Amino acid sequence: MSDHTGGESRSERGIGAPVRTQDPPDRRGTIMDLSRPGRRAFSLPPLDVPEAHIGADLAREGHAGLPEIAERDLVSHYTRLSQRNYGVDTGFYPLGSCSMKYNPKVAENVAQIAGFQRLHPRQPDSTSQGALELLWRLERALCEITGMSRATLQPPAGACGELTGLLIMRAFHAKAGSQRKRIAIPDSSHGTNPASVRLAGFEAVHVPSDARGLVDVGALEKLIDEDVAGLMLTNPNTLGLFEEEIERITAAVHRIGGLVYYDGANLNAILGRCRPGDMGFDIVHINTHKTFATPHGGGGPGAGPVGVSERLVPFLPVPRVERDEASGAFALNEDEPDSIGRMHGFHGNFGVLVRAYAYVFLHGREGLKEVAERSVLNANYLASKVKDLFPLAYPDGRPMHEFVATARPLKERTGIRAMDIAKRVVDLGYHPSTVYFPLVVEEAMMIEPTETETRETLDAFAEALRRAHKEAHEDPELLHEAPLTAPVRRLDEARAARHLKLRW
Amino acid sequence: MRFAPHTDDDVQGMLEAIGLGSLDELFHQIPASVRLERPLDLPEGVSEMEIVSDLRLLAGKNRHADDLVCFAGGGAYDHFVPAVVWALAGRSEFYTSYTPYQPELSQGVLQALFEYQSMICELTSMEVSNASLYDGASALAEAVNLSRTTPGRDRVLVSAAVDPRYVETLRTYGRGAGYEPEIFDLEQGRGGTPQVGDDVACVIVQHPNAYGLLEPARDLFGLAHAGGARAIQIFDPLSLGVLAPPGDLRADIAVAEGQSLGNHLNFGGPYLGIIATRLDDVRRLPGRIVGETLDVDGQTGYVLTLQAREQHIRREKATSNICTNQTLMAIAATVYLAWLGPEGLAELGRRCVSKAAYAAERLTDVPGVEPLFGGAAFFKEFPLRLPRPASEVLDGLIERGFLGGVPLDDADGHALLVAVTERRTREEIDGLALALKEVLA
Repeated sequence: MSDHTGGESRSERGIGAPVRTQDPPDRRGTIMDLSRPGRRAFSLPPLDVPEAHIGADLAREGHAGLPEIAERDLVSHYTRLSQRNYGVDTGFYPLGSCSMKYNPKVAENVAQIAGFQRLHPRQPDSTSQGALELLWRLERALCEITGMSRATLQPPAGACGELTGLLIMRAFHAKAGSQRKRIAIPDSSHGTNPASVRLAGFEAVHVPSDARGLVDVGALEKLIDEDVAGLMLTNPNTLGLFEEEIERITAAVHRIGGLVYYDGANLNAILGRCRPGDMGFDIVHINTHKTFATPHGGGGPGAGPVGVSERLVPFLPVPRVERDEASGAFALNEDEPDSIGRMHGFHGNFGVLVRAYAYVFLHGREGLKEVAERSVLNANYLASKVKDLFPLAYPDGRPMHEFVATARPLKERTGIRAMDIAKRVVDLGYHPSTVYFPLVVEEAMMIEPTETETRETLDAFAEALRRAHKEAHEDPELLHEAPLTAPVRRLDEARAARHLKLRW
Repeated sequence: MRFAPHTDDDVQGMLEAIGLGSLDELFHQIPASVRLERPLDLPEGVSEMEIVSDLRLLAGKNRHADDLVCFAGGGAYDHFVPAVVWALAGRSEFYTSYTPYQPELSQGVLQALFEYQSMICELTSMEVSNASLYDGASALAEAVNLSRTTPGRDRVLVSAAVDPRYVETLRTYGRGAGYEPEIFDLEQGRGGTPQVGDDVACVIVQHPNAYGLLEPARDLFGLAHAGGARAIQIFDPLSLGVLAPPGDLRADIAVAEGQSLGNHLNFGGPYLGIIATRLDDVRRLPGRIVGETLDVDGQTGYVLTLQAREQHIRREKATSNICTNQTLMAIAATVYLAWLGPEGLAELGRRCVSKAAYAAERLTDVPGVEPLFGGAAFFKEFPLRLPRPASEVLDGLIERGFLGGVPLDDADGHALLVAVTERRTREEIDGLALALKEVLA
C-alpha cells in the first residue's frame, strides 16, 4: 500500500473518482465466480412439435462452460460493472480526437422503433421502403455537408471507411491502367491511416510537418510522384490546426494524377463553415459516432460512411440505394461493374445510421453550423485557461475543435509526465484527455471539450488541471501514486502482456 | 433542437476571455476561397416531437418481424432477445463510453469484454478470442489475413457453400491484400473436396453452411491440415449447444456472425464479428484484446493488452486497421450467454433442430415443393426447391403475413432458404405451409 492510500487526507483524495469503487464480498469477481450448478435465468415455452436430434457424429459432447446464474444476480453483476465505467452521461470526457459529445436520448428511442429494430436485412425491397428512404436521405445530407456527389453508408467504422476509400483509389487508378503503389500520409496522422494503407496493398510515404504543425507543402511536392496514388489528410489536422494551404496541397496531389482522401475524424470543427469537396478532396469518410453524436458504445459500434466526388461514383461499394424517379420507389442496386464490391455482410451499421439521421435533421442547417462554432469556441476557451501551465504544442496556430498541449516543461521541472496528470485528473473527478497522441508531440495532451459542455464545466476542468500542476511541484509523489480513488489503481500492463490471461 | 448549452452571455464572455470579437474570428484561418458562403442545403432543424414523427412515418413504411412471421435467415435470425440483455447493455455508462484507454475508469467495459472473450472460448472450445470485430463477413476477411502469414502460402480456398455475401466481402478485401478467393465445388449442397497444395494458406468452410446443411467439417479440416493450410470455420453461435464446437472439429480459426446472441435484426447492423483462434496465433489476432492483470496494490483488474499488434502503436505494421469495433454488441452477447447458461444453450439448440425438422416436413408436404438437396441433415435452416420463382412466391407469402425465407440463386431462382428459430410456433409453421399451398395453387 502506498503512503497515500492509508489514512489519506481529503485533500490528497481530491473529490474522488467518478465511478463506483466498492463492492460487498458476495458481488466481487467475474460472472463465472457467481455461477452455481442448477441456477438459471432462461425460460422457454413448452415444446409444441416432435423432438428431433442431430446425428451423433457431429453432436457436441457435454455442455459449454457458461455460467449458471439467476436473473437477479445477472442484473446485479452487470449493473455493478456499468457503475465501474465512465461515459459521457457520467460527466466531462475531453478525449481528444474522439468527439465525446452528448448523445441525444431521442436518437436512442427512434432506433428502437420496431419498424427499424425488427427489420430483417434480406427482406424484399418492397417491405423495407422506409429504411431505404432513410438511407437515401441520409446519404444526400452527408453529401451536402461534405461537398461530395454520392456516398456509401456501408462501412461500419472509420477505419473500414479508410480501407473503402483506399480501395476506391486503387480501382480508379487500375481503371486508368496504372498500378500506383504508394500513399502519402502526414507524420501526425491517425494510426489507422498507415494501417489501412497497408491493408489496401499500398506503401505509406510519410510527409513531415513544418514548424507551424502543418503539412510541409514544399516537402510534400518533392515527395510525391506518379507512383503515388493519393494523399490521406485530416483537416483540421490531429494537432487541431486548419491546413491553411489546403488548396495548394490538393492541387499538388491532383497535378501528379493522385486523389486526396479526407479523414473525417475531425469534421466537427467545420460543419456548415467549409466542406472537404470545396477544398479539393475526392474522398471523405465520416465518423458518425464523432460528428453526429451516435454513441461510442464502449468502443463501438460506430459507422464510417464514405463520400466521393463525381468521377469516383462508379467505384463505390454495392449494394447502393437508388430511387426510381418515376415511381418514387427505393431499391438496392448490386449491378455496378466497376464497384469495389462489398465491405460488410449487409448494409452497414443501420441502427447507428438511424441515430445519425436523427441528429442531422434535429439540428438542420443552422444547428449544424452552431455545433462547429460552439465546439471551436469551447476548445479555444479551455486552451486559453490552461496554456500558461501546459503550453500549446504549436502556439502560433489557432486551435479548431481540439488542441494539443504538452506537459514537457512540467516534466523537465518536476519529472511529472502527461500520464501522471491524466491519472490525477481521475481523482479530481474527470475523465482525462487523450495523452501521447499525436506521436509527433512530446508529452502530448490532446483535449477536445466538444460543444455540449458548459462554461462552468470548462472552468472546473481547467481548475483541476491547475491543481494537478501545482501538486506536481509540491507533492510529486501524489501524482506518481494517482489515481488513489478509482476502483483499481495503476495497472501493470507489462504483466498483462507477459502473463497472458485472456479468459477465465 | 440543439444541444450546445451556451447562453448569449456565455458566448460573449468566452470570446472576450479568448480576446476575440466574434465567432467568425474563430474561423479566420480557413482561407476565404474555401469558406462556405451559403447555408447548407438542408432543412431547418426540428423539435424532438417532429423528428420522432418523421422517423415513425419512415418506420411505418417497413414490414417488420412483429408484423410478418419471420422465417427469413441467411445470416441474420429472429431469435428471442430477453429483456435483461438491453436493460443491461443499454445502460448509458456502457454505451456512452469509448475504447477503454484509461483502464481505471473503464473497468466495467473491460471486465465485460474479458467475460465475453471467456464465454466465446467456452462456446467454441477455442483458446483465445478477441473483443469483437464488425460482423461475420469482415471477421472472415480478418481471419484470412491472419492465415496468410507464411511466404509462398497465399491461396485462399473457399467452399461453394459459404454465404455469397461473405465471399463478396473477401473478394473486396482481397483486392488490397493481394488474393482472389478460389471456390471449390459443391457436392449435393455441401463443400466438395479442396485440393490443398503447399501454396494454400487456408481452407474456409461454413458449418452449418449457407444452405443450413451440416458439413463433414472434421474431414474437410483434416484435408486442410494434411496440406499444411489453416482451417477456418464459419459457425453459428447458437448451434453450439447441440453441434460439436469448432475447437473439437480441429478448426484453427473460428469466425461467426454474433447477431443471434442477443442483438436485434436492425436491418443488418450493428452486428457482432466473432473471431477465436489457437493461442499460437494470439499475436497475429486483429482488434482489441482484454487481459487480466494486477494493480500496484495487488488487486485484480483488466486492461487492453498486446497493443503492440494494433494500429495506434504499430501503424503500418499492425495486424489490422481496426480501431472502433462492436463492443456494445459483445456486451449484449455476454449478457445473453449468461442468461442462457449451459442448459439454455443446449435446449435452445434442440428447439431449433426440432422446429426446423417439423417445418421441413410440413413444407415438403405441399405439392410441388421438394428439398433442394434430398436427405441432407441441417440445423435450423433448410433449402427448398419450388415450382415457381422464389421471389414471386415470397410476395404471395407476404400478402398472407409471412416473411417466408430468403431466395437463393440456385435452381434458376426457384430455391428458397427457410429459417426456423425457437420463436416459431407450431401454429405459425402450419400457417406458413397452408399459405405456401395457397400461393402455389
